Amino acid sequence: MSIHVRNIRKQFGSFTALDNVSLDFPTGELVALLGPSGCGKTTLLRIIAGLEQADSGQVLLDDEDASGTHVRERQVGFVFQHYALFRHMTVFDNVAFGMRMKPRRQRPPEARIREKVHALLNLVQLDWLADRFPSQLSGGQRQRIALARALAVEPRVLLLDEPFGALDAKVRKELRRWLRNLHDELHITSIFVTHDQEEALEVADRVVLMDRGRVEQIGTPEAVYDHPATPFVATFLGSVNLFHGRVEDGQLHLGEHALALGSASGDVSGDGKAVAFVRPHEFDLVPGWRTGDGLPATIVRVVSVGPSAQIELSRLDGERIEVTIARDTFHPLGLGEGDQVSLRPRRIRVFQDDTRAA
Amino acid sequence: MAAARTFRVLPGFNLTLGYTLGYMSLLILIPLAAVFLKTTELTWGEFIDVVTAPQVVATYKLSFGASLLAAAINAVFGLMLAWALVRYSFPGKKIVDALVDLPFALPTAVAGIALTALYAKNGWLGQYLEPIGIKVAFTPLGVLVALVFIGLPFVVRTVQPILEDLDTELEEAATCLGAQRWQTFRHVILPILLPALMTGFALAFARAVGEYGSVIFIAGNLPYVSEITPLMIITKLEQYDYRGATAIASVMLLFSFTLLLIINGLQAWTAKRTGRDR
Amino acid sequence: MAGAATLHLGSDHAARFESKQATRETPLVKWTILAIALGFFTLFLLMPLLAVFVEAFRKGWETYLTALVDPDALSAIRLTLLAAAISVPLNLVFGVAAAWAIAKFEFPGKQILITLIDLPFSVSPVVAGLVFVLVFGAQGWFGSWLSDNDIRIIFAVPGIVLATVFVTFPFVARELIPLMLAQGKEEEEAAVVLGAHGWQVFWHVTLPNIKWGLMYGVILTNARAMGEFGAVSVVSGHIRGQTNTLPLHVEILYNEYQFSAAFAVASLLALLALVTLVIKSWVEHRAVLAYRDSQDTAS
Repeated sequence: MSIHVRNIRKQFGSFTALDNVSLDFPTGELVALLGPSGCGKTTLLRIIAGLEQADSGQVLLDDEDASGTHVRERQVGFVFQHYALFRHMTVFDNVAFGMRMKPRRQRPPEARIREKVHALLNLVQLDWLADRFPSQLSGGQRQRIALARALAVEPRVLLLDEPFGALDAKVRKELRRWLRNLHDELHITSIFVTHDQEEALEVADRVVLMDRGRVEQIGTPEAVYDHPATPFVATFLGSVNLFHGRVEDGQLHLGEHALALGSASGDVSGDGKAVAFVRPHEFDLVPGWRTGDGLPATIVRVVSVGPSAQIELSRLDGERIEVTIARDTFHPLGLGEGDQVSLRPRRIRVFQDDTRAA
Repeated sequence: MAAARTFRVLPGFNLTLGYTLGYMSLLILIPLAAVFLKTTELTWGEFIDVVTAPQVVATYKLSFGASLLAAAINAVFGLMLAWALVRYSFPGKKIVDALVDLPFALPTAVAGIALTALYAKNGWLGQYLEPIGIKVAFTPLGVLVALVFIGLPFVVRTVQPILEDLDTELEEAATCLGAQRWQTFRHVILPILLPALMTGFALAFARAVGEYGSVIFIAGNLPYVSEITPLMIITKLEQYDYRGATAIASVMLLFSFTLLLIINGLQAWTAKRTGRDR
Repeated sequence: MAGAATLHLGSDHAARFESKQATRETPLVKWTILAIALGFFTLFLLMPLLAVFVEAFRKGWETYLTALVDPDALSAIRLTLLAAAISVPLNLVFGVAAAWAIAKFEFPGKQILITLIDLPFSVSPVVAGLVFVLVFGAQGWFGSWLSDNDIRIIFAVPGIVLATVFVTFPFVARELIPLMLAQGKEEEEAAVVLGAHGWQVFWHVTLPNIKWGLMYGVILTNARAMGEFGAVSVVSGHIRGQTNTLPLHVEILYNEYQFSAAFAVASLLALLALVTLVIKSWVEHRAVLAYRDSQDTAS
């Protein structure tokens, strides 16, 4: 089922949770709503589910206005952040709940319910836990039971609120893959909310970046990572080095130094104050200070573990810069702590209106 | 677009809130309003005369004085009892813990005659106290004893959960910083307990001021000596002086409202201080 | 004001404190505190309780039983049970409705409502009785209408029931409100998303989660309903065999110097109090277990 969100606004008192948000979620995609806490992503998810009502705007489910449809009739599957499993019911009863609540005429016979619950528990690979109570499960198991319970009512769309938020790092990673695989199997339109960029980039078909109630950018994980549309997106996704300066004659001026903007993307046409972003892995290191060729800096610290070396440098004005280089490239240079180098960015993203930069 | 105000996912809001307000108005608010309406039948001068009559003023002194003292006694000993229940193990602790709530469960009239039997001239305690000149039954001291009894659970039950939640690390930190045990109690534990302790004190006080059943048996009810304010209302009622009774009742009600607001504030303070959602 | 009587999920913490150097007192201090605390407990709680039973049996079993099977005593028992049987369900329904509205929804004035629900706790029982005299008494608002239609409320059973409902009004609500506020509404929302309707949500999801708190509130309501003295005393008129509840019967016997009979009836009420405390402890125990189960996160 496709979901379209049109001009949604939502206020909580004087706080604007959603400010004129319009989005399209095509059928069968797995989309991540990504943003810092308080950006409105959970509110948007709850509005789509029908658990919250927008002050104005529309939610279209399969091109049909759902505003008048009660959450009960929307046929959405919702997985709550803390799972909201019914603690007095067994895993089996939790999953069967939705089917058992149907009006008598639509309710499947108990044998059919039993069959279906076991099929779902098999799907989430937890059939052996059917008789346990939620309190006897681990966080990851609860998460999967919550998902099975949501799927039991054959939802047209699956909504997940911070599905991995309450789990520890290792389980989180496993479940991420598992959710992706499950989605590839079921192809049910799914939206999940997260504040963890790694999670969004790894799992989702598309990522919606939100900040302060507004949509900042929509795109595939590669697109939003490589081509951030706003300073917010550039700083929020991955680690990044920030340069505040001025753009003049196709060059970025940083104090006494200037960087050529040949390889830059963004607003490089006009002149004026600007902020530039360079990711740590987008630098080349050249030993020695060379005026007019890159940015002079001093190596402060080198952590050379694993496939790449993390290098912390200090610019002449004391600002810190992070650089990541493949170890095999770094070692032949013979550089160490205290050495002077020049930094050559391979890619620069420039935003001239830096008022919104983090 | 339906107005956001009327949108609720969970059912039953209008039904339950409507029922709550209706039931409460009918049973509690409207009858209580009757007290104030009835009071307006008196002129201001008459009202003042009734509520400041010497015999009535004497009952205020006893009711409020004895209630304050009883609440203070409960604050001190209740804190010790709570401390013992939380921090020490001793045989019969479960029974002691359960029996602390006895004053909530025991009808006040039963408590009243039991206390009277204990402190009467030939009672278990009275027979030893009277010879040394301490008369309890049928004196203001008896009123105090009854009020201590009925207020006892309040301090224990408000302080106990806070004591249980105390992190041992707090005291260990204080000890590491060189504090003596008493200093730790005085400067670390007591400030944390204070809001709960004051809440318990206020609850015990509020309960004691209005108490009737357990007091009248042991008090002797001598005018100007051992007569409490609630009894004054009953006395006026028995003389068919409805206006007089109502005037005194309105004074007590005003006092109850004030105390209720103070207690609410104290409970909010406790919640804020300890992070308990209560 | 119920602050002191809410379901409290404690367990034995003594070991935690006694095992650590920094949270332990010297034996002298410990035993002094224990001695004072238990002395206070014995003096003010244990001795009055024992006194009731000792006085009740002072003149032997026969006198004891005679006092209990006296027709006036039996009618007092009946009336007490009736008052409780009416006020407990009424306040139970009210408590659940109020807690549902307060815990599951946002609306202006909520805090004021919670405060107002506490009101009957802080009102003197005597005043609670008086208000019904003012409304329904011979000189009250409806007094002349009631006497014209030959309906008696004050100095009759309806007045006793009304006064009992008044004084026991907050117990269930006060028990459920914090409990349901703490539980939030996620489980109910999940049930609605899964297609459950109003009553289904309440029966299948909410009720199982609040049952111990509910039972706790009912026990407290019942104990107070059967034991109320001041409020009932004002509206009863003390008509023997008709408008006497058990606590009022105790008073009458006591004032007639029938001490043994008074204590015999009182012992019945004391027994009720003890049973209440036992059930209360059991409910607390079960609630702690249920709470532990729900918290025992293996995550």
